[in-house]
Amino acid sequence: MAKLTFKEELCKGCGLCVNACPKGILALSKTKLNQKGHSPVELTQPEECIGCASCAIMCPDCVIKVER
Amino acid sequence: MTTVFDKPKSLTDAVFHYCPGCTHGIVHRLVAETIDELGIEGKTIGIAPVGCSVLAYNYFACDMIEASHGRAPAVATGVKRAMPDNIVFTYQGDGDLASIGLCETVSTAARGENVTVIFINNAIYGMTGGQMAPTSLLGQVTQTSPYGRDPKTQGYPIKICELLATLDAPAYLARVTVNNVKNVRNAKKAIKKAFQNQIEGKGFSLVEVVSSCPTNWGMTPQKALEWIDEKMLPQYPLGVYRDKGEE
Repeated sequence: MAKLTFKEELCKGCGLCVNACPKGILALSKTKLNQKGHSPVELTQPEECIGCASCAIMCPDCVIKVER
Repeated sequence: MTTVFDKPKSLTDAVFHYCPGCTHGIVHRLVAETIDELGIEGKTIGIAPVGCSVLAYNYFACDMIEASHGRAPAVATGVKRAMPDNIVFTYQGDGDLASIGLCETVSTAARGENVTVIFINNAIYGMTGGQMAPTSLLGQVTQTSPYGRDPKTQGYPIKICELLATLDAPAYLARVTVNNVKNVRNAKKAIKKAFQNQIEGKGFSLVEVVSSCPTNWGMTPQKALEWIDEKMLPQYPLGVYRDKGEE
């Protein structure tokens, strides 16, 4: 079981993590905006996450912390 | 639960000012991870350039110096000669390193100064609004080449790794990119080796990172990473151009 933690205020909504996720379970929020006005990334199916950290490796803004 | 990935300690809490999807953030993190892993945070001195990464001194937790435009390798030379036990690196873009600072780059490499240079090649001037760089591709449309870069009037792109590989002194010259997970991992290895070389006193090491500029290329961040594969890499092939440790 892997756990992802997002620092949402740092997210710029570039979507590089969304494309990097091998399980396709990351998406930009359709309901939330952070203080800078970006749609932050969120995990749609937490139970599917394998903790590979591909998202965190591609994130230019160190938004994602990965625990496993 | 163990943490398998978190922000490296050698980055400060300052929020990157870079555009969404800009790969500067990835390369900053790779440099910081390297500093953490080699345990050299207390004795590392970074030299920030002029360009988008001009504010790099806000982001690295080590000592930083801001050099005037293009002069980072010259400043690094002075710092390293005055304090040979410290680890000195420069972090420069293509406008800084390959244009106004070409003389300092070539001279520092030719002298084989024991410093590490991280070179971000995104084929455009980012901070000033997308003008043509010495590394812009033929046919590339920029603010100052609106009909595409024409070699008859604007010349050909400068390939820094190949150029420096004609010199005898450099210890390590490598070109990497950060457009997917595998390439980011390879870039990390190259950057770590460039720092390791300095610790071992091997001499001048330069890592050219082929990067993206979604804003000035006029693309989405993901499309820009694909454009690296399609257009940049044929012009700037990845690989190790010099490795004295292997010879």
